[in-house]
Amino acid sequence: MPDVMLVNKPATTLTANGDGMPALVELQAATLKYGQGTLALSETDMRIGDGEFVAVVGPSGCGKSSLLKLVSGLHLPRTGNVRVQGQDVKGPIGICGMAFQNSNLLPWRTTLENVLLPLEIVEPYASTFRRNKLDYEARAKKLLKAVGLEGFDEKYPWELSGGMQQRTSLCRALIHNPRMLLLDEPFGALDAFTREDLWGVLQTLYLDQKPTVILVTHDLREAVYLADTIYVFSPRPGRIVSRTDVPFERPRSLPMTYQPDFVEMVQHLRDSITHS
Amino acid sequence: MFKTFLSAFTSPKAAPWLVTAGFFLVWELGCLLFHVDRFILPRPSEIAVQIVKQHEAIALNSFQTFYTTMLGFAVAVAVGLFLGLLVGASPKIYKGLYPLMVGLNSVPKVAIVPILVIWFGIGTVPAILTAFVISFFPIMVNVATGLATIEPELNDVLRALGASKWQILRKIGLPRSLPYFFASLKVAISLAFVGSVVAETVASDRGIGYLMMAASARFDVPLVFAGLVVIALMGVIMYELFAYIERRMTFWATRSQNPTI
Ligand SMILES: Nc1ncnc2c1ncn2[C@@H]1O[C@H](COP(=O)(O)OP(=O)(O)OP(=O)(O)O)[C@@H](O)[C@H]1O
Ligand SMILES: [Mg+2]
Repeated sequence: MPDVMLVNKPATTLTANGDGMPALVELQAATLKYGQGTLALSETDMRIGDGEFVAVVGPSGCGKSSLLKLVSGLHLPRTGNVRVQGQDVKGPIGICGMAFQNSNLLPWRTTLENVLLPLEIVEPYASTFRRNKLDYEARAKKLLKAVGLEGFDEKYPWELSGGMQQRTSLCRALIHNPRMLLLDEPFGALDAFTREDLWGVLQTLYLDQKPTVILVTHDLREAVYLADTIYVFSPRPGRIVSRTDVPFERPRSLPMTYQPDFVEMVQHLRDSITHS
Repeated sequence: MFKTFLSAFTSPKAAPWLVTAGFFLVWELGCLLFHVDRFILPRPSEIAVQIVKQHEAIALNSFQTFYTTMLGFAVAVAVGLFLGLLVGASPKIYKGLYPLMVGLNSVPKVAIVPILVIWFGIGTVPAILTAFVISFFPIMVNVATGLATIEPELNDVLRALGASKWQILRKIGLPRSLPYFFASLKVAISLAFVGSVVAETVASDRGIGYLMMAASARFDVPLVFAGLVVIALMGVIMYELFAYIERRMTFWATRSQNPTI
């Protein structure tokens, strides 16, 4: 089966952001500076198509997290433009789900209540939250089941393992069907087995909902396994040094990651980082 | 047999009772052994006798103290909570208010009692106000700390969803500062007793503080100590009450790391 999926098609035919299509996210010469000093991101151009899965890799401190802050509207660019859905970003855009290296769950809420949190805030769910609570709970439970957490909804986050907390955090990021999913090293703190397990989970959820995803990661195998497009950033101040299309068909599987062309792509990315 | 006796002694439930009983026992025996004059340090049994004998006066005055303390404490909770939320939620207000608050808190509270007497005369009001002034600061500081130390990433998760400041405060800020708030109540209630009793000793004709002053003027030392014991008792009871509420309300903050047996 991997043989079929590994057919290496010409990259251009498979890019999700086919140049004619309207981009969901567009960065034009965007720079981000903290205070007067640190230039975190210099003159970055990027076009991310609707439903595209983008991975961002690069050395520590190069501005990957800053990029997510720009796209979500949590920070505004110092110069240049950030546009989402054709609109200039002027503040938090409210269509994102986010997950970080730490699960950041609320210890006073059960797993289920944690997952429901976005629905208490995002419209159109928030205004009908009380009325539709049962529906929403059913939906949260379905999501928890999909990530392998069935039966844990009444547990508190501190009663879960790190990997389970991270799964919950993924559910929370996805519960409101966000157009865009921003993931900042979500599996960084996990062991290799759990991490690879969660790649599969994330892939399933992605194929199910088809959000636009930006995944920041240090793990090149993870990037190739999950993404349509991989951007490599230079050391600080961050700028894009390469953009790679990943041709492998979905769903991708773990055995696939040991196939020669997969390994070769990882190798290639590895080189472009060390030489940037 | 000896073993069970030992384990009863070391069990965490019995320990506070045993230690307290031991304290009074050592006191009693020490006084007997060294023939300490009851005008210097009365024995616990003499104090107990005095409490029984004077129970009417003690009850009346301790009710007065209890009620002024609770009033002052209630105002302190309201003001401390309000200022704490204000200061914790806004760095600007924090910066602005901070030096003033630290300055005010450094003033010995006893020193303001005479001023309160000038303003309000001898009576209940200075005691209430002293209890309030002395106990609201820890509440304010704790609530502000709880709010100000929210993990920035958690803030980002909500802000990215388009949450308003008020929503973030309600969903995260308030629940998160609850443990800080309840922890501060335990400290504040003890301080409130200190405040009201101190004010009563100088500026009142009622309350335990006044009772003790009057008793010492009559060289009724056992009654002075009886007053101390009653205050300590009220302090312990209120402290335990708030510790209990704290455990109930914020179990998630004091979660045990050990598996339940
Ligand atoms: N809040 C901040 N204030 C000032 N400087 C910051 C702030 N956040 C990040 N920086 C600086 O901006 C640069 C980019 O930071 P960023 O967090 O985006 O890096 P990163 O690529 O996510 O790194 P890592 O892989 O280690 O997470 C860093 O040099 C950092 O020092
Ligand atoms: Mg980062």
